[in-house]
Amino acid sequence: MLESILSYGLAIGAVYALIGITYNVMFTASRVFSFTAGMLGMVGGVLGAWFITRLGLPVIVGFVLVLACGALIGVVTEIVTVRPVLKGIEQHLYVLSTLAFALMVQQFVAIEWGTEAQPFPRLLPIEDGWVDQQFVLPILACILTVVGLEVLYRHTLIGRAFRAIAEDSYAARALGLPEQRLRTASFALAGMIGTLAGFTGAMMLLAYFGNQAILSFYGFVPVALGGMGSHRGAVVGGLALGLFQQAANFLVGGIFAAVAVFVVFIIVLLLRPEGLAGAATARRV
Amino acid sequence: MDAAAAPIATRPAQTGRVARIEAAVPWVVLAAAAVALPLFDDSYAGVIAQRACIYWILCAGLNLVVGYAGQIAIGWVALLTLGAYTTAVLTAGTVMEPWHPYIALVASGVMGAAFGFIIGLPALRLRTFYFAMTTLGFSTIVTQVALAWKSVTGGGIGTPGPVFPWPFEPGWGFYYFCLLLAALATWMTANIASSRFGRGLVAIRDAEVAAEASGVAKGRLLMTVFLFSGALAGVAGGLFSSLQSYITPDAFTFDLSVLFFIAILIGGRGSILGPLLGTIILTVLPEFAAPLVAWSTFLYAALLLVIVLAIPGGIADLLDYKNRRPLEQHREIVTRPELLSRILKRQDGGGALELRGIELHFGGVRAIDGLDLEVRSGEVHGLIGPNGSGKTTALNVISGYYRPQAGQARLDGETLPFLEPHTRAGQRIARTFQTPRLIGGASVLENVMIGGTVEGRCSFTEAMLSLPRHHRDEAHLHEAAMTALATVGLEGLAAVRADRLQHSELRFMEIARALMVRPAFLLLDEPAAGLSAEEIRRLGALIKAISRSGTGVLLVEHHADLIFDICDRVTVLNLGKVLAAGTPAEIRAHREVVSAYLGA
Repeated sequence: MLESILSYGLAIGAVYALIGITYNVMFTASRVFSFTAGMLGMVGGVLGAWFITRLGLPVIVGFVLVLACGALIGVVTEIVTVRPVLKGIEQHLYVLSTLAFALMVQQFVAIEWGTEAQPFPRLLPIEDGWVDQQFVLPILACILTVVGLEVLYRHTLIGRAFRAIAEDSYAARALGLPEQRLRTASFALAGMIGTLAGFTGAMMLLAYFGNQAILSFYGFVPVALGGMGSHRGAVVGGLALGLFQQAANFLVGGIFAAVAVFVVFIIVLLLRPEGLAGAATARRV
Repeated sequence: MDAAAAPIATRPAQTGRVARIEAAVPWVVLAAAAVALPLFDDSYAGVIAQRACIYWILCAGLNLVVGYAGQIAIGWVALLTLGAYTTAVLTAGTVMEPWHPYIALVASGVMGAAFGFIIGLPALRLRTFYFAMTTLGFSTIVTQVALAWKSVTGGGIGTPGPVFPWPFEPGWGFYYFCLLLAALATWMTANIASSRFGRGLVAIRDAEVAAEASGVAKGRLLMTVFLFSGALAGVAGGLFSSLQSYITPDAFTFDLSVLFFIAILIGGRGSILGPLLGTIILTVLPEFAAPLVAWSTFLYAALLLVIVLAIPGGIADLLDYKNRRPLEQHREIVTRPELLSRILKRQDGGGALELRGIELHFGGVRAIDGLDLEVRSGEVHGLIGPNGSGKTTALNVISGYYRPQAGQARLDGETLPFLEPHTRAGQRIARTFQTPRLIGGASVLENVMIGGTVEGRCSFTEAMLSLPRHHRDEAHLHEAAMTALATVGLEGLAAVRADRLQHSELRFMEIARALMVRPAFLLLDEPAAGLSAEEIRRLGALIKAISRSGTGVLLVEHHADLIFDICDRVTVLNLGKVLAAGTPAEIRAHREVVSAYLGA
């Protein structure tokens, strides 16, 4: 039992962490909390099943196509729902515009691919020995993403530009950085990370349009608790959430797990709105 | 004084009788259509009409939360679910002795109120997206619990809904029951919306800081509204369980939440009629567009996107033709300081507002570094200094927005608590802001009436039921606000939406709002910024007159002429410290002040 709590918990936790990182990547570039993170995860699973099972494409081709679609959706999100809102006065309307866009994609998926959960193909042609690929792949994807982002942010010019925008977009623009192009690029990057989460997690979660709401919420919990913009917080929070959920599932049942996560989430945010690791920022007058 | 006796139009022309009849027309038409519907004897139309009524009972309450208070509550379907299961489970008799359906319906309302309160709590501290997310999370969890708690809810198989007995049997009887409750919900929410509580909600939405400075207790007001709105949603759920006759978790998809939310946004924020029309349209539309049913949620979402990007004002904005009439081009603000005696009671003086040893730093930045300041009743006290010297920060400390690391603020010797800005209006401390904080969606009159929040005597319930004390409050506030507007010369613009005013008019509107507090002390933050020379002269005379009626005025300003003209004493700040203090003549001669700030 301990083994299955650990493997399943860590794997689902890695998916949550990746969705959390998706929120973060969009947030740091634009200060926008986007409802599209969970949608990207859902799309990753559905498109993966479509390309590989339905169209019979090789796994690697399907994988690349899924990431490409993710990037495309990210770019469309930025152009359609974020750019016009940030130009206006009531900037908090992004909550509604990103929600509307995420719902449109979700409904489109439900109509085109059905509302039943579809099986997801096994990605690697190997026998399950002491490891099971459905658990290993999300964890691997999470590690690679975190390392990749670290390399990107610390050691490449475009990564430094991302960080400059995140730190102070005003000053970054004054330095001549193309803020809008960088924002679009980071939405594309977020699209790839989100679909990667869904693609690698779909052997557990199946290809199901209803995963959107669950991933939206459980992917947000770790970043809200860990502090918005912190990848470390997202990973630690995501893994902890996954383990806690699985342990509670086994020990006391699913209702308690769901309610407990929600209650902890609310209480922590009421006590520390900026998250457990975040720093308070408030000058509103 | 002859001038003070001059009459003031107590009602803006546009709210006359004609306008009131005009406003009543859509309601009369709707009511007549609803009452006459059974004459067509089409039972399918009856079912759709029942659904529209039930949805509206929920939306009427949600409208106060979303449309008025501006809280993005997207998971409201959870309360419908809770209400439906409460009624269904209590009447089914599987868990305990079956309850009478009408009593179970009341229980649903109580349940809805309790959970509305719980969902609402995070709104007090969290930013918009976080709150939206918590409501979304709550709705996912309610569905999960409904699925998993098989012994009570029947799990995925579901549970039967009740049949309401005489006098509201299934069919048209039940329809009239739903209609009656919908009408009641409309009446109550309309009463709240037009009371000081409704204005407080809009103020929280558009200008939270100004709302608190006017004495709106945000937490209390929001929680009351969440309770009320939750109760309506719970009752709607109870009726819904009877309409469905059998409920499963599938009946409460997130799509429904989206429908409610979009109905309100299509209707327009800060309107009752608009969201009502929105709800009816969204309920009825799929019936006419049968081939599109599968696409309905997609289309709702697309509609939401279009509304957000293209017409944020919704239907209500399109119908609001009065506020598209052009305003007179060359408007002049003619202040009438002689009317002040009607607003401010002469005070005997002797009071003082003091800061003692205030130190405030933001991280490493020392915004205020040991400040002592005293404003006495009946004087104009100038606070000047270079940008960043801590003038506005000092005002914010007095108004209670910041908690300094050291020092005290005292009013007539009593300590003022920090971080409780909404208590200041009750202490008769009023203020204006460096950038005018207008409630853009409300009329100028309503913007000013907000200032009288602490004068209101009636309770939320009295306002909801339109009891006499509510009407006395309204009449009193209305008259006081018109007088305040006449004093600052804006009574002709009372009915205009505030976001159509010019910058200088907004400055005077803020002063009128502050006067509504009947302030013992008035804090003005750069009131002359952006005004013409003539307007500054009138402003100066008005400020002087306010102080002569016994109010202490603390004036932050950069116009040296105005300061030296009207101030009795001046304090000069530099780098968060007092550089000099004294009479205008002393300050003008002060060598350091001249070199640091005024210039030779």
